[in-house]
Amino acid sequence: MFMTEIFSAFLLTLLVVTALAAVKTRNLFVSVMLTGIYSLLIAINFFLLDAADVALTEAAVGAGVATVFFLGALALTAEKERTPSAYRPVAIGIFIAVTLVLGYATLGMPSYGDPDAPVHVHVAPFYLEKTPEFIDIPNIVTAVLGSYRGYDTLGEVFVVFTAGIGVMFILGVRPSRKPGGTAMIASGENGLRHYLIPRVVGRLFIPFILLFGLYVQFHGEYSPGGGFQAGAIIASSIILYALLEGEERALRLIPRRVLNGLTAGGALLYGAVGVAGMLAGGNFLDYSVLASDPVKGQQMGLLIIEAGVGITVTGVLLTIFHAFAARERFG
Amino acid sequence: MYYVVSIAVIVTMGLALVRALLGPTLYDRVLAVNMFGTKTVLLTAVIAFLYDRPDFLDLALAYALINFTGVLAVLEFFRNRASRQPAGGEG
Amino acid sequence: MELALDIASWILMSAGGAFVFIGGLGVLRMPDLFTRMHAASVTDSMGPPLILAGIMLQSGLSLATFKLVAILVFLMLTSPTASNALASAALLAGTKTLDEAGDDAEAEDAS
Repeated sequence: MFMTEIFSAFLLTLLVVTALAAVKTRNLFVSVMLTGIYSLLIAINFFLLDAADVALTEAAVGAGVATVFFLGALALTAEKERTPSAYRPVAIGIFIAVTLVLGYATLGMPSYGDPDAPVHVHVAPFYLEKTPEFIDIPNIVTAVLGSYRGYDTLGEVFVVFTAGIGVMFILGVRPSRKPGGTAMIASGENGLRHYLIPRVVGRLFIPFILLFGLYVQFHGEYSPGGGFQAGAIIASSIILYALLEGEERALRLIPRRVLNGLTAGGALLYGAVGVAGMLAGGNFLDYSVLASDPVKGQQMGLLIIEAGVGITVTGVLLTIFHAFAARERFG
Repeated sequence: MYYVVSIAVIVTMGLALVRALLGPTLYDRVLAVNMFGTKTVLLTAVIAFLYDRPDFLDLALAYALINFTGVLAVLEFFRNRASRQPAGGEG
Repeated sequence: MELALDIASWILMSAGGAFVFIGGLGVLRMPDLFTRMHAASVTDSMGPPLILAGIMLQSGLSLATFKLVAILVFLMLTSPTASNALASAALLAGTKTLDEAGDDAEAEDAS
């Protein structure tokens, strides 16, 4: 349809404007807000290109959780960027050269929607034809993610896990707490009477967000969804609770030991499914041997690894949130 | 039939972006971002039906829930910022 | 019957789109933060019910309609709450309304 391409072109223009403004401004808070808008614009563009799984992940992580993290970091540091040093001709020269080379490289790619492109001739028809025979789930993206490219997803889960560990190393696991309250999240007693309405409505929403997160997790085989999106949604419900009730109560709700268990346990679950495949006689991450019927084995394997992905993503996002929110401002 | 609505919503998103770029105070920008978020929810719901794929509505529902969290985080940030800097502040 | 449903949903969606656009124009043109909030709330509280009702007429009685009702309920509950929280935060931080800013300017001129 021609109209959706006009929409995409308009939204991409807005994207360029937003990105330029986010880089130019000196006030970091404005930058964070514009980055949120940038994530939303990219998510809509993915949606217009029919990539709903990616759009859901981008909206949930980029526009929801990442904004909270950036604000947590801003609360610990300054809000205005330092004025930059002198004009840098070498950097600008390198930037222009790389842009021109990349632009030239895209001329060699097949045009958008070309039916003779290699990806449409070799790989995509294989997935589309063989999935009903081997795996038999409607959402082929999840089949590709979990089963055909299961190694890549195992790597992704471990990358998320490593990010969580990295943040824990840098920001410390148990910082010293002063009685005055933390930098970003207050303990909830100050000025609460001015904030009664958000508190009531927010607490009303938390069970629904959790329920929706579970729906997205387990419905990932039938509609856009899956472990990454569900992890982000569930983490954002706990973050909402922490924002409304105070960070100490959120830590009492899900203590740090449980968070560490979640972070490591999800990745371990994924690896365990792979090893179980080996013990049952197949290769590593071969799900067909997990049950008597290979198709049922594939579906069971997909369910368990998606659960593992969701658990790790929830644990890591909450760990990063608590690492930022629990830290006292320096000086 | 869905095209007219999509055009209206997309143009409004452009207007909200202008307000986010211009707005003299910080609260103008927060208002613009919140408005942008709810327009995103509307646009994804309309386009899901434009493409005749009603199962894409999950995206709109997810973002309707998460938008709220983002705005409350921003306001929590402001509330503690005001208590950290006694001069208050605009920007 | 089909045609009547189509016409009804066309009218509802166009009305919703018009309200959204009017509210967006208001956010750009209004002079002050609090008046801009009024304009933004038009896009959040008038636009979505009309647009989503128009879409619901098209999709009949199905799971999609249930999801649309859920989206509508969530939007109706969260938008006024977010506006309230934003106005409260802006007032506590000392943002002046247009009248007060005008009074301040007159007091400065007089003194």
